[in-house]
Amino acid sequence: MKPFTFSKPENLGKALSIKKDTVQFIAGGTNLLDLMKKNIAGPDAVLDITTALSSKIEQQGKGVRIGAMVRNSAITTDKTILSKYPLVAKAVLAGASPQIRNMASTAGNLLQRTRCPYFYDITTPCNKRKPGSGCSAINGENRMNAIVGYNEQCVAVHPSDLCVALAALDATVATTDKNKKQLSIPFKDFHKLPGDTPQLDNNLPANAIITSVDIAENPFSKNFYYLKLRDRDSYAFALVSVAAALHLQDNHIADARLASGGVAHKPWRWYEAEQYLKGKAPSASTFSAAADIVIKDVKPLSNNGFKKSMLRGAVETALQNCLTA
Amino acid sequence: MNGKQSYSRRFFLKTSGALAVLAAIPASVKALYNEAKNFIVPPKQTFPLPVSINKKMYKVTVDTRTTLLDLLREDLHLTGTKKGCDHGQCGACTVHVDGERVLSCLTLAAMLPGKEVTTIEGLADGEKLHPMQQAFIECDGFQCGYCTPGQIMSAVACVKEGHTSSVAEIKEFMSGNLCRCGAYNGIVESIQKVAK
Repeated sequence: MKPFTFSKPENLGKALSIKKDTVQFIAGGTNLLDLMKKNIAGPDAVLDITTALSSKIEQQGKGVRIGAMVRNSAITTDKTILSKYPLVAKAVLAGASPQIRNMASTAGNLLQRTRCPYFYDITTPCNKRKPGSGCSAINGENRMNAIVGYNEQCVAVHPSDLCVALAALDATVATTDKNKKQLSIPFKDFHKLPGDTPQLDNNLPANAIITSVDIAENPFSKNFYYLKLRDRDSYAFALVSVAAALHLQDNHIADARLASGGVAHKPWRWYEAEQYLKGKAPSASTFSAAADIVIKDVKPLSNNGFKKSMLRGAVETALQNCLTA
Repeated sequence: MNGKQSYSRRFFLKTSGALAVLAAIPASVKALYNEAKNFIVPPKQTFPLPVSINKKMYKVTVDTRTTLLDLLREDLHLTGTKKGCDHGQCGACTVHVDGERVLSCLTLAAMLPGKEVTTIEGLADGEKLHPMQQAFIECDGFQCGYCTPGQIMSAVACVKEGHTSSVAEIKEFMSGNLCRCGAYNGIVESIQKVAK
């Protein structure tokens, strides 16, 4: 690990005034420290912002505001989250281990890097780690990689479970920079596709910081499900995951949300399938047709063709489980 | 001027000047070397760290890069906490910080002031083992023993958190601790025994 200076700014203003590209904020550290040990991240200075950021879950208008420093485990036990946004708690519980959930922060979860094996192996080319060096995964070991939204520059997937639920519920990400300029970014625009800048995972402005994640009031607290399929039953990253939520009225689907993890460079929303579900009766044939819409534009890589049928089954199962959960 | 004077003023100036130059060269070369070294390899940063472990205050001077795991094992010689993968994938290094289970390999020691760390060494009450330690012995909760300190620290937290209603729930909430020997059944039994 490269040596660095360490300090703990007493407040956010101070932290932001010192922040530059060679300076890293540390919250939970569960991803950053790992990246520093592997010499993928090498900041000159590390700023402990654990007390500068909010670790409260508060009511915000008719919705909820999750402070950037709220630990993942706190989300899973919070009464408001469990009663009004249970999909979020369910997704968090599907990720990592109890130890890591006790450490990891909400904002850090959004900002975690991909677990593509070539990103982690500094002896191989990787456009995300070293722009312009090439993508080793596109013709390499890519069974864990993307099946949609990728390009020849990068086929990595975003590893978060929490973010899949936040994408499904149209959360917003509140950010601020050193000039106290605040920006609210809709969740669907927070993470980005690789494009020509695969080294960037998201649209967080340079040297800005996430202060909270906000979720508006929504009707998806009754019929929802988070399904995560992976190589082992727990403590593994998703091959594919599906967050499904239905708003049922008079035995019809008034509104639907469908999002996936493990399939793209960002948490992926299946808008077309959601549109299809609206107004239909919740039945096995409706769900099957929606699953067909989900997989129609999916283009697996050389080693992850299995993800297509796996995703189809996962969407069907998640939607079915919305009715019984 | 008389013959007794053996060194001329000129000779003195020349020699002392040359000596000064000779003395100056190694220093500047050394400085240049250090500057170049610091440019290529940044110097390590150390700082004084007050930290409370098992209710005992320690004051150590450590590198900013030190993880809690290395602090425990290398600086304080509390080797009960084990290093497995050092990347947060195995759980062998599990300890409690402020009563909650965390991975010491992914915890920066510099972030610990003001917090209380509990390791496997701090679990027993004098000679009397913690109920979970006793249960692991009685239920065959280990074979080689390497993952055991982490398993026990995690198990104690698992019971405290109340995730013991079924075998499935125990397994889910113990999934962050791997055991290569496969002592999982004994570990689950130990937890059930203590949770009763």
